[in-house]
Amino acid sequence: MSSRSQQNIDALLKRRYEAGFVTEVEEETVPPGLNEDIIRLISAKKEEPEFLLEWRLKAYRHWLTMREPRWAHVRYEPIDYQAIRYYAAPKQKERPKSLEEVDPKLLETYEKLGIPLREQERLAGVAVDAVFDSVSVATTFKEKLAEHGVIFCSFSEAVREHPDLVEKYLGSVVPYTDNFFAALNSAVFSDGSFVYVPPGVRCPMELSTYFRINAANTGQFERTLIVADEGSYVSYLEGCTAPMRDENQLHAAVVELVALKGAEIKYSTVQNWYPGDEEGRGGIYNFVTKRGLCAEDAKISWTQVETGSAITWKYPSVILEGDNSVGEFYSVALTNNRQQADTGTKMVHIGKNTRSTIISKGISAGRGQNAYRGLVRVAKSAEGARNYTQCDSLLIGDRCGAHTFPYIEVRNRTAQVEHEATTSKISEDQLFYLMQRGLSAEDAVSMIVNGFCKEVFKELPMEFAVEAQKLLGVSLEGAVG
Amino acid sequence: MSAQPQPRPDPAERLAAAFRERRARLPGAGLAWLEALREQALERFRAAGLPARGDEDWKYTDVRALARRLAPPAAGPGPVAEDAVRALAFEGLEAHRIVLVDGFLVPGLSALGALPEGVTVMGLAEALAREPQALAPWLRLPEGADGFTALNLAFMTDGVWLRVADGVALERPLQIVHLRSAAPEAGAHLRHVLTLGAGARATVIETHAATAEADVLDNLGCTVALAAGAALDHYVVRESGAGLCHVGRIDVRQEAGSRYVSHNVTLGGRLTRSAIQVELAGEGAETHLYGAYVVGGRQQVDNHTRIEHRTAGAVSRELYKGVLDGRARGAFTGRVVVHPGAQRTDAEQANHNLLLSEDAEADSRPQLEIYADDVKCSHGSTVGELDETSLFYLRSRGIDAELARSLLVYAFASDVLERMALEPVRVQLERRLTAVLLAGREAEGVI
Repeated sequence: MSSRSQQNIDALLKRRYEAGFVTEVEEETVPPGLNEDIIRLISAKKEEPEFLLEWRLKAYRHWLTMREPRWAHVRYEPIDYQAIRYYAAPKQKERPKSLEEVDPKLLETYEKLGIPLREQERLAGVAVDAVFDSVSVATTFKEKLAEHGVIFCSFSEAVREHPDLVEKYLGSVVPYTDNFFAALNSAVFSDGSFVYVPPGVRCPMELSTYFRINAANTGQFERTLIVADEGSYVSYLEGCTAPMRDENQLHAAVVELVALKGAEIKYSTVQNWYPGDEEGRGGIYNFVTKRGLCAEDAKISWTQVETGSAITWKYPSVILEGDNSVGEFYSVALTNNRQQADTGTKMVHIGKNTRSTIISKGISAGRGQNAYRGLVRVAKSAEGARNYTQCDSLLIGDRCGAHTFPYIEVRNRTAQVEHEATTSKISEDQLFYLMQRGLSAEDAVSMIVNGFCKEVFKELPMEFAVEAQKLLGVSLEGAVG
Repeated sequence: MSAQPQPRPDPAERLAAAFRERRARLPGAGLAWLEALREQALERFRAAGLPARGDEDWKYTDVRALARRLAPPAAGPGPVAEDAVRALAFEGLEAHRIVLVDGFLVPGLSALGALPEGVTVMGLAEALAREPQALAPWLRLPEGADGFTALNLAFMTDGVWLRVADGVALERPLQIVHLRSAAPEAGAHLRHVLTLGAGARATVIETHAATAEADVLDNLGCTVALAAGAALDHYVVRESGAGLCHVGRIDVRQEAGSRYVSHNVTLGGRLTRSAIQVELAGEGAETHLYGAYVVGGRQQVDNHTRIEHRTAGAVSRELYKGVLDGRARGAFTGRVVVHPGAQRTDAEQANHNLLLSEDAEADSRPQLEIYADDVKCSHGSTVGELDETSLFYLRSRGIDAELARSLLVYAFASDVLERMALEPVRVQLERRLTAVLLAGREAEGVI
């Protein structure tokens, strides 16, 4: 490659993480450390009903008996769970009744991030729940959604307004015993989003949550619960950013999706937590449990674009319990510099004629380590189950790693399960072809990578697809040399 | 979980006690380095124990079934009829034959014949008595060895040492026959060492069979070292009885331009755990791992392979195919590791499984771990039943349903056998396969 394009590339490499600023806002926090008192304090601050506190405490006691998982293909220094603050919230005198009462500094933060909270500035038809550190600060379009019977609010609000729904579905897909980080989340989760779509309703707009970590030395433990009642449809988007800091911050979220008979949930994530600097200092540990449960004829589709975080440990999964249900997983995961990702999915086929599709695209650059880990399990009862999995890896540079660890377990002979994977690099020929047609090196790389990810991007809602492509560009270009 | 330290599981304590009692009579006793190795291996076993539940490498193996059958070695070989050995010969194959019974070489049953100059074949016990220093470099506790491998090294009673000097070709294959007599409660802890000098060539066929329905465990280790340009064809055929469990680990190290071809066929045995680890340490080294497992009843097969591309420009090809009937369970775990700097690696890996019954299970983990960018790596895995269209095609040509099924299964599995260069072995295995699949029906004309 020519030295001129090398210079361009170096310039691009140094491009900054644009969401890395800190908002100066007075925060209310709890002392660092974790014990039953802290959990009681969090629960009290949120004025929670008794059942929830009990559930938190049960989760905490169970967590104490668990050990941190070590099987993932990632390396990090041990986490001191007593050094983390488990609750941080921007100080507000009273709960804001409308956007006008929300601290302007917070609104500014979201505007800076390109998330319009003021409805008049909205992109057509996206309702947003903005989560700042541990709490939801604003939810837009609630009235319009309410007309259709759709509930879209912060988790805390759902606990107050719809405790029966919360009690019924909380932990029904990801029980607090599920794994180490899910148990921790169950004990200390502070807020998140709640969605309920009534039977037969097609949610009139995209729902979106924007997660922002601001405070230092805090962990973010949000919990999202989406229930799509019979025959309903909802599309949900999630985005995340955090300031640049030298210390690592823990983000251990839980997302539960319940798709009842004939319902469909489409869940899209563009994850852009702070990835740490070139030397691997700082960045978010993104240890997340996401799972959906499909009843008969239901469909759950996960689409994720993972460009941020120092370490990603996440396996959005679908339990295909009902007959004829469908699970999908489309993923682009990019690791650059010292980022590490161990991500994939689990498709558990239980019902008859259940189908799943997995398309995973891993891109490794710099010294990044990128692993796909996925499970396809066909239970004995899953007559006629069908899975197709494709995992492709793209390596950029000779110091990165790309790994594929699929698990396939089949107990029904009528099942058809296929897995294929390839590993490749951007070839000199491809680059030369594009550059001799007048494209710069970075545009050429960008084009090739976008082509590589096309199958996943086309699953994203339009605005997200544009953002995802841009993000990929920022995170990646310049990694070639 | 109580705070009290858990008492050691019984089999482990029993084995450690047996080792202390037995070690003075094991071959090579008195050789300081070997005694140290055996001690070190036992220590590893005591520290590691047998693989626990939750051990990723042993996820699909019923370790408890193995632990129950794990026993110290017998004092010597039990009686075996000569007919039993003759029955294991491959028709039309001239081979140097060595017979091991219950973990001991039995010269009376072996027929080594004349070996070309530069080729040594001797029992491990004999080699330790005659040329211990020549063998020493090949007897080592592998890094990260599990409890079974550690026990194998602690207890090894015998085995076969094949040494082929530089540039020498062993034209006739060496057949190593493993037999079990009716000896109850004894384990076989064998270790083979196959070393080929630069440019040397050889073919080794290991067959495993039991003359009685012994409910015991064979624990085998094998070290293969191929110098530059050497070539080894290595066949392992398991047709053991329904009670025999089998744990085997083969460690292969290949220098530049060498070629290792493995044909790993499992047709019998209660539970087979086979591990093959290949280090591609020299440029242009090539390794081919082919496996077939055709099992039914309550049989279990767990195949593990690990190929380490440590150098640039090495090639690996891997194809494992499983046919699972009855309540059988077949597992495959294959990992290809491309180390930093191993550019121009060319690796292909595939595992395909056919489920024939309601209760059979297939588990597959084809894995790639890649730290270099200029590589060609791919893997694929499938699990399914017979293709209805193909069945229909055959039936539309007047072939009845049962035969049509058998033909398709045969076609599926024989794909692996067809890669065997030794025709007598291939033909015989194909015949066995048809016998299993067609249950004695005349199909010679069709196939």
